[in-house]
Amino acid sequence: MSDESTREEGGAQPEEQSENPTPDETAIRWQSDVKFIAKLVAVTYVGFAILGLVTGVSTNEIAGFLATVTFYAAVFALLALALNLHWGYTGLFNIGVVGFMAIGVYTFAILTASPEASPAGLGLPMVVGVIGGTLAAALAGAVIALPALRVRADYFAIITLGFSEIVRLSITSGSLRQVEVNDRVYGTGGGSGIRYDPVDGVVTWLLELPGFEQGGEALYQVAALVNVTSSVVDRFLYAVILMIFIVLFYLLLTRIARSPFGRVLKAIREDEIAARSLGKRTQVTKIKVFMVGTALMGLGGILWLGSRSLVSPDGLMPVITFYIFVALIIGGSGSNTGSVVGAFVFAAFLWEGPRFIRTIARTNLDYRPTGTIYDAFVELAALDPMPLIGYLIGSLDELRWILLGTVLVVLMIKRPKGLLGERKEIAAATDLSHRPRGETDE
Amino acid sequence: MSESQQPTGHNDDSVQTAESGDAVLQIADLEKRFGGIVAVDGATFSVERGSITGLIGPNGAGKSTTFNLITGTHKPDAGSVTFNGEDITGRPPEQIANRGLVRTFQIARELPEMTVLENMMLGPKNQLGETLWRSVMPGARSAVIEQEKELRERAWETLEFFEIDHLAEEYAGSLSGGQRKLLELARALLTDPDMLLLDEPMAGVNPSLEKKLLERIHDLQEEGYTFLLVEHDMDVIMNHCDHVIVMHQGRVLTEGVPEEVKSDEEVIEAYLGGEA
Repeated sequence: MSDESTREEGGAQPEEQSENPTPDETAIRWQSDVKFIAKLVAVTYVGFAILGLVTGVSTNEIAGFLATVTFYAAVFALLALALNLHWGYTGLFNIGVVGFMAIGVYTFAILTASPEASPAGLGLPMVVGVIGGTLAAALAGAVIALPALRVRADYFAIITLGFSEIVRLSITSGSLRQVEVNDRVYGTGGGSGIRYDPVDGVVTWLLELPGFEQGGEALYQVAALVNVTSSVVDRFLYAVILMIFIVLFYLLLTRIARSPFGRVLKAIREDEIAARSLGKRTQVTKIKVFMVGTALMGLGGILWLGSRSLVSPDGLMPVITFYIFVALIIGGSGSNTGSVVGAFVFAAFLWEGPRFIRTIARTNLDYRPTGTIYDAFVELAALDPMPLIGYLIGSLDELRWILLGTVLVVLMIKRPKGLLGERKEIAAATDLSHRPRGETDE
Repeated sequence: MSESQQPTGHNDDSVQTAESGDAVLQIADLEKRFGGIVAVDGATFSVERGSITGLIGPNGAGKSTTFNLITGTHKPDAGSVTFNGEDITGRPPEQIANRGLVRTFQIARELPEMTVLENMMLGPKNQLGETLWRSVMPGARSAVIEQEKELRERAWETLEFFEIDHLAEEYAGSLSGGQRKLLELARALLTDPDMLLLDEPMAGVNPSLEKKLLERIHDLQEEGYTFLLVEHDMDVIMNHCDHVIVMHQGRVLTEGVPEEVKSDEEVIEAYLGGEA
């Protein structure tokens, strides 16, 4: 009773001050997270750069490689963050991520493609396309959520997977390939896809703005000093824009996580019946969170796939969803920082890393590609290792999946909760450990 | 305690049907079948407002199923459940809980990978921050934070009462069975219920704490809460309940004040002998 009266009489002021440690603590945690990620990225890049320089790879190739790593790390981080909201927080086993990416990027393509192109688009500005694609993915999320969230978890997973395949197959279907409206042929373009101005064109647009013009020029010149081409610089700049999106995703998701809403999400993950018995409207909450997640997946899809000038169903295979899960699992599902770290580790060491080895091998070794591993071993018996090396390097794209599988197995045994999964990220808008009367018997 | 005004407030608002007297909860002809098994077979009873009512019966008598039917975990095949004069038959659990009828489970349903405090903070109903936009929008969030601070205070007070405050920052999954029971009851109290349905609340709780828990239940009773509890400990039932309902084979065998029930031939038979 007495507490209530103090609160009403402007008692909030002193209370606010006594709680100063709370925001500080989050700030410290946030800073240490940023530092950790920065260190990890710096060490990795310096490591690759030194490795490249020592083995005589050209600076432009090294820079190009690092730009690619940064790009993939960023897009995987965006999607892993979105998936973390579904799977890490709410326990929704969404294995149809690529379907929502597809909805996002195809909507973007149809909205922004030139009306003269074939298939034609609406020729709207890029911003409209990005927003439209994101909203379309959210809408698709709502449509899927209504039936899917009524069934048990494992059936839910199957429905989402089915959805992503339905999307991909619908895109290739003949009836949607070409749709004639008012003498113009719209549609998905089937297997050949839709052409449009890629979303990374925003870099060129930015560099033409009055304030940025000189900065961009200077950047190109500095890069030219170390023999790095302007196109590589552009790719780095696009990665920087992606990083801004990562920060926005991260802030949004951290806010959701540190709130009563996030607490209900966690409760749904842990025991939905218990949550409902406490009066939580879990069904509505699940639909909302599913839509937020699919919107972010749609946006992630636009920023990733939309940065090519062509979107086609080939890039929308269900395995993409699997990669995003791997990135999330490496980092530790349930942790937003973990999602980012996992995405980086995945992109740098599993996705792009092996390709760097091939670059090094190409510059340094004179190997012949070999037909089969059998031939390679036959030659090895004759003390010629080159065919085997040639075979391994030639099959690097396939061998990556063996590496990926091995890493997953080792991770599941050694650190089943991922690199950062052990952390307690408390779902509350304030520091719960603050005791009312300040007594501690610990 | 701040929740002390709440139950009486609810009581004033509540609609009471003329024939029910002062029954807060009425169950009529409740039936539930699982395949060929009739778990609850026409159970009829009512719980008086402000009472501690015990629900006893041998294993398989249908006590837990009755709980599940009342609180919406299962839908009854027939019969009706009326709470505060309102028909709540077959409503989903969250609606029933939000009307002030909150339960605990026989095997505690703590949320294992959430801390004890997070579990507690989940209790209070109608939290501002449970709406997505309020949690995210910069302007609206300050109200959420204010409410969180108030709720946190209540969460700590309740934890202290149940003597599990030293575990506040542990994961609920690392608690012992008895501690989980306490956590579940404490969490249920934070919802500001009118009536609590406790499924074996004393199971696994140590004797000194059990004594305290019973005192607490009596305190809450005086504040206007109603309790319906399933319990196997006859001492608890006989010494602490105002009214006892005995179930057997899905039906109400008999009911009355503890002394009557204790000496009832049929009850003795159901528990000690008989073909069941």
